[in-house]
Amino acid sequence: MQTVFERPKSLTDHPFHYCPGCSHGVVHRLVAECIDELGLRENTIGVYAVGCVVLGHRYFNMDCIGAAHGRAPATATGIKRMDPEKTVFTYQGDGDLAAIGMAEIVHASARGENITVVFVNNGIYGMTGGQIAPTTLLGEITTTSPYGRKASVEGYPIKVAELLAQNEGSAYIARTSVSSPAGVIQTKKAIKKAFQVQQKKLGFSLVEVLAACPTNWGRAPVEALKWLDENMAVYYPVGEIKVKEA
Amino acid sequence: MTVKGRVLFDSERCKACGICIAFCPNEVLALDESHINGQGYTPAYAQKPEACIGCKICAMMCPDMAIIVERA
Repeated sequence: MQTVFERPKSLTDHPFHYCPGCSHGVVHRLVAECIDELGLRENTIGVYAVGCVVLGHRYFNMDCIGAAHGRAPATATGIKRMDPEKTVFTYQGDGDLAAIGMAEIVHASARGENITVVFVNNGIYGMTGGQIAPTTLLGEITTTSPYGRKASVEGYPIKVAELLAQNEGSAYIARTSVSSPAGVIQTKKAIKKAFQVQQKKLGFSLVEVLAACPTNWGRAPVEALKWLDENMAVYYPVGEIKVKEA
Repeated sequence: MTVKGRVLFDSERCKACGICIAFCPNEVLALDESHINGQGYTPAYAQKPEACIGCKICAMMCPDMAIIVERA
């Protein structure tokens, strides 16, 4: 018997604190596998945002820093400019990146900062207890939109990947989903490509990963993945949105 | 019949979300209702290990990396 699947070296042995069925675990593993496969572990600095991922330094077996809420792209910019040979990535959720951190991400992309952003979009604030996020779908019930999100009150969900793809500085923008085995493989390819774009110094790269938050959505884990496929993936179409050639 | 694949569980990591069970193409896995792990969940286990083909879909979908897959 030959082992065909085991824990990547870029992850520590620490068990995840995430809720049952949370997609963060899968995305963590994919990032770690990509770093392993590209041989970048000794040369990578991760920047973790505020949110459920705030304990990311426990899980990633590499240098890392926790940024202020929404400011991960600014922190990453500083690190990358001081040491351009390091691979720098940020790992952010939608409450962090699309709400409080919207200015930082748009400007990092406009400047074409040579960093990689892993953006986990589950359409809700997870850590703080399921409040409405800028990416929450219309009609979704959250603790701060108890009658469902209405366009007339809370506006429309933001499509971050499309928004950032308009910027000249963005070299690689993709959206994927981890709701199925095919989606997981696609996500891994996209994250790997984003790191390669950074290695080639082409500019800003971002992978938006559609993820499930079963606890705050009020859906069972398997049902949540199905809902993700049938609703979120419809509003947020998956695929490569911008690929800049060298 | 030769065994094609084998799944090994780190039961202490399992949070019984059931995603591996739902995605297994051969219905190899199930929750072990007779056992409660340190986190308070009834972990998944290989109920029909002989049906495993080592496709590693369960491990790929597992959010807690509780599964190691071996192939003959």
